[in-house]
Amino acid sequence: MRTHTFIVNGERVHVKIEADVRLLWVLRDVLGINGPKYGCGINVCKACTSHINGKAFNPCSVRVGDIKGGDEITTIEGLPDTVGEDLHPMQKAWLERDVAQCGYCQPGQIMAAVAKVRQARDEGHEISDADIDEIRNICRCGTYARIREAIKDGAEKM
Amino acid sequence: MEHRGSSEEPSSENAPQEPARNVGRRRFLGYLVAAPTLAVAAHLGQSTTAPRAADAVIPSPPEQSEIYDLNDLLTLAARPTSNLIAVVINSDGTASFDMPRAESGQGITTMAAMLIAEELELPLDKINVTLADARPELLFNQFTAASNTAISMYEPIRTAAAIARERLLGAAAVQLGVTVDRLTVRAGVVYAPDGRAVAYGELTARAASQRTTEVEATLKDPSEFTVIGTPRNRIDALAAITGRKTFAMDRAVPDALPTMICRPPTIKGTPRSVANADQVRQMPGVTHVVQIATGIAVRAKTFGQCIDAVNALDVTWNPGTVDSESDDTVLATLREAEADFSLLHTGEVVEGDFVFHFRNNAALEPNTAVTDVRADRAEIWAPLQAPILCQEQVAEQLGLPLDAVTVHVEQAGGAFGRRMFNDVVLEATEASRKMGQPVKLMWHRTDECRQGRMHPMCTSRVRASVSGGNVLTFEQLHTSVATDYTQGFGEIISAKVGTVPSMGMANEEGYAKPVFNATVNVPYHFGSVSHGLEEIYTYDTFPTGSVRNLVNPDVRTAQELIVDQIADKMGKDPYEFRREFVDDDRVRAVLDKAAQEGEWGRDMAPGTAQAITVHKEYKGATACLVEIDCRDETVNRDVRNAVTGPRVTKVVMAVDAGLAINPRGLQAQMQGGIMDGIAQALTSSLHLRDGVLLEGSWDDYFYTRHWNAPFETRVIVMPPTTGEPGGAGELGVPSAMAAVACAYARATGTVPTSFPINHDTLSFTPKPTVPPLPPSPTNGLKFAY
Ligand code: FES
Ligand code: FES
Repeated sequence: MRTHTFIVNGERVHVKIEADVRLLWVLRDVLGINGPKYGCGINVCKACTSHINGKAFNPCSVRVGDIKGGDEITTIEGLPDTVGEDLHPMQKAWLERDVAQCGYCQPGQIMAAVAKVRQARDEGHEISDADIDEIRNICRCGTYARIREAIKDGAEKM
Repeated sequence: MEHRGSSEEPSSENAPQEPARNVGRRRFLGYLVAAPTLAVAAHLGQSTTAPRAADAVIPSPPEQSEIYDLNDLLTLAARPTSNLIAVVINSDGTASFDMPRAESGQGITTMAAMLIAEELELPLDKINVTLADARPELLFNQFTAASNTAISMYEPIRTAAAIARERLLGAAAVQLGVTVDRLTVRAGVVYAPDGRAVAYGELTARAASQRTTEVEATLKDPSEFTVIGTPRNRIDALAAITGRKTFAMDRAVPDALPTMICRPPTIKGTPRSVANADQVRQMPGVTHVVQIATGIAVRAKTFGQCIDAVNALDVTWNPGTVDSESDDTVLATLREAEADFSLLHTGEVVEGDFVFHFRNNAALEPNTAVTDVRADRAEIWAPLQAPILCQEQVAEQLGLPLDAVTVHVEQAGGAFGRRMFNDVVLEATEASRKMGQPVKLMWHRTDECRQGRMHPMCTSRVRASVSGGNVLTFEQLHTSVATDYTQGFGEIISAKVGTVPSMGMANEEGYAKPVFNATVNVPYHFGSVSHGLEEIYTYDTFPTGSVRNLVNPDVRTAQELIVDQIADKMGKDPYEFRREFVDDDRVRAVLDKAAQEGEWGRDMAPGTAQAITVHKEYKGATACLVEIDCRDETVNRDVRNAVTGPRVTKVVMAVDAGLAINPRGLQAQMQGGIMDGIAQALTSSLHLRDGVLLEGSWDDYFYTRHWNAPFETRVIVMPPTTGEPGGAGELGVPSAMAAVACAYARATGTVPTSFPINHDTLSFTPKPTVPPLPPSPTNGLKFAY
């Protein structure tokens, strides 16, 4: 068992645990960071969506041993700090559209939305319905209509 | 939707004057409770009001639900046991309300805060609504189901808040030396005419009562409402979008380590023996391995280590309850049980025969319970729709007195009927007792799919007869796998009526048939109308329950498909036909609204179509206009590892909930209902093969995803009609599902007879059943974007 070290939401952490434990459980069960949610454990529901070095990924499907010392993990808790505000523009858009119902999927939805907007821009266009169709995050409460609107609003402020 | 102004800043001119509030109004009864700060209570469950028409004798079927719906049954069940809820004014100027209901996303905490804000004239952000622990003295009054919350809370909460306001004004009058009628209130501060002010927080001790006494209050007239009926954001929205909203699995109870269960390969199998428990106990992180009634429980440092340990167990299993059953055997049994049509169908006959497959009712947050069982007491944290029943069941299981069991109700990450059942708590209780340690037990997603609860498979047959311009008869015969109603009305005595064998088919006769008759109706003037239910198996053969509504999504879909065919036979436009035959003005009004806002009848390309349907239930009405695209290029569009199929491109729904306390929350509920309707019509079902449900996660159980969601979804909230709030949680599903089915039929020219329409093609490779859980992948970084 070795000690793994990396950065979570701007802070360096040290975790002594078996290398094959998936990062989601290190975040939730060991570090007590509860924003990333469990919904499947096999990279299909996307409730655990967080960022690694600014890109969306699913920590339920990554071994902690595969995270490198310089890697920066951002969960929903750390998203506002990435823009130096109380809330990220995407979170503000979520509030304005009153997107959440039970809220369980929403940290993942927001993290996915932010990355999707950036990805579209890297490809040289603004986020479109076709891009939103590619987002795989499930919402069992069915908030998709408001998510679609909020992503477009949030993108304008990003 | 009109925004009628904000409660935060009512001008003093508009502030209602005290004497005016008391003239000619109904008086409502509440209690001042002896406490150091002001605490006001009111009876829960509409017992504060004068008797309503619902007290009349129950009319006979067939159209019982029109006069006497499920909510009347629940409300009456509540009456003889009516108990108290309380609003407390704190010295920091905030108000607190501990709500005996489950919040699972439907927005009832926000609604409760709005009711308090309205009568108390306190801003929403100064009102804290928490979820009450199980309170057995409330009996039927702590059961969250049948979209009953708004209906039963509307007057009691306002009564308590109104009494609190009057009492605070009385205290302010003394303190400011001004008579009450010259005071005004703004945002929790009382003002004298000369501008001197005193806040609620400073008044609450003076306003508190030394003894508990009965008092009367008048409530605001709806014309004075500044909060109720205006769109408000959820009070927990900020917590939800920052990750701070806490669910049961986020609850940090000391030593409550992650726990999971190794489950049998077939539905309701049981463990016989474990060959390698000691070896598994040596695995990294694992602390305990014990056998419980439903499987082998494993406790470890992380859930990931639980998953690995569960999959490493070598267990011998006893068979389950339905090992020889598959979709086709269940269907054959349903067919045998189908009743014969009994009406005389003269004239031209229009008929249809529809099959609705099993559907999973899991929310996104899996079943989770934290339990700490000690020798003489137990403490539970879980999202529960029926917490009193849970407390009673745990007490019975442990042989403890009721008051030795504390049940904390957590916010639920969705419920949809699933959290009426307390199975996860009973498992966690057994595991905690046998391990001698607190546990945080969570179901794996695959457990939810394969051993979870499902909406029962059923058939619905409709026969109608038509002559000239009239429908003479309309008969519907519904035949279903038994639905488990043993959660009863949330309390153990009524729950047992569902199981006592000496009562024979108690579940079917005692609950299933009354619920069917209390919820099903045909909302059209169709001459002689009849409907009936037959059930097969017993309540516990399959693990069943409701899925965001009981029978109506299926029942109404079958009806509306036939309605379109009748209209066609008469050569009438589907909307015009419904307009002419609909039996209720409120339904006609939502129908007109949806048709108008949705541009009914606009030109649609070949392979695409519109459809429009209606539904009435829960003292409300909806109409839903759907546009669907069934062209090949859409149906076959490619999304990695996904089911695509027909795309619902646009939905316009009009809803009349009587009085929408929070129109924005109502819109959200309807939007959710629309997504369920799309799923149930097009993509979402379980396949049963030899006692195994083939679906194992969200990649093969196809609930609506972003790529299935409409590009445009509009919900129009009608202005108040009845002035009384109706239910919302389940109201949106039936018309949405029916409209999607009808639109599909119109776009393709083929009336679908089996739902969801993709059920007959299995589009995935089923995950293995042994080991029971799919291992977590390790290649997640490959998909980073
Ligand atoms: S829990 Fe990570 S994708 Fe579902
Ligand atoms: S808000 Fe409940 S699952 Fe998305």
